[in-house]
Amino acid sequence: MTVETSELSLPSRIDTIATAAAAVADFVGRSGISDDAAFGIDMAVREAVTNAVLHGNRQDDEKTVDITLKSSPDAVEISVHDQGPGFNPEAVPDPTAQENILKASGRGIFFMRSFMDEVDWLIRPGGGTTVRMLKRR
Amino acid sequence: MAELNINERQAGDVTVLDLSGKITIGEGSVALRAGIRRLLEEGKKRILLNLAGVSYVDSSGIGELVSSYTAIGKEDGGQLKLLNLTQKIRDLLTITKLLTVFDVYDNEAEALNSYK
Repeated sequence: MTVETSELSLPSRIDTIATAAAAVADFVGRSGISDDAAFGIDMAVREAVTNAVLHGNRQDDEKTVDITLKSSPDAVEISVHDQGPGFNPEAVPDPTAQENILKASGRGIFFMRSFMDEVDWLIRPGGGTTVRMLKRR
Repeated sequence: MAELNINERQAGDVTVLDLSGKITIGEGSVALRAGIRRLLEEGKKRILLNLAGVSYVDSSGIGELVSSYTAIGKEDGGQLKLLNLTQKIRDLLTITKLLTVFDVYDNEAEALNSYK
């Protein structure tokens, strides 16, 4: 199997989440990864793009969400980049802690970590956050 | 077609909402929120959500289920219960530790009886 890459640049709108998910599903489908893994990738991508659109770019039309997809013999890797101010992922409260269970929000990063094998963030000092997510075959 | 379709029916004093589609950020979550709000305005506080036709829920949708649960729970005699979870939704509620928060049923008659 060869390495395949693909890039997308999408507007900072809510409908971008479904557009990105469809594009990633198409890419992942061609990668030959299992259905279970594809489901997890779909969940994680939707959450990552939601965060980029809402919290990173704050739905600013002049900012884009840039997605890089890479399929290799070992894994599928997805990076989602926004142009927001960044945040500290370690400071996000655990949504499964007793005091947070009935909160209406705050589960997106938890889902990304639950469904992917690796998730890390690169916060650029000049602005912009990239979340890199990897799912092994 | 709407992202989330909601069909309402009455079983005694329990209102059953048959949901089909996706409960995701944007249209699906908003539709569920509006549906629950309307029922509460009509004084319908015993609500059973039938999720058999729900193919997908994201973190926003899980959040909306939690919001519905807490909003209905604040009403005197208000109760929200869940019916017919798909395996994927059950998995999401399990990892978020919400499965033990919600009253969950696989059988509609049992669910309806539980309100008595």
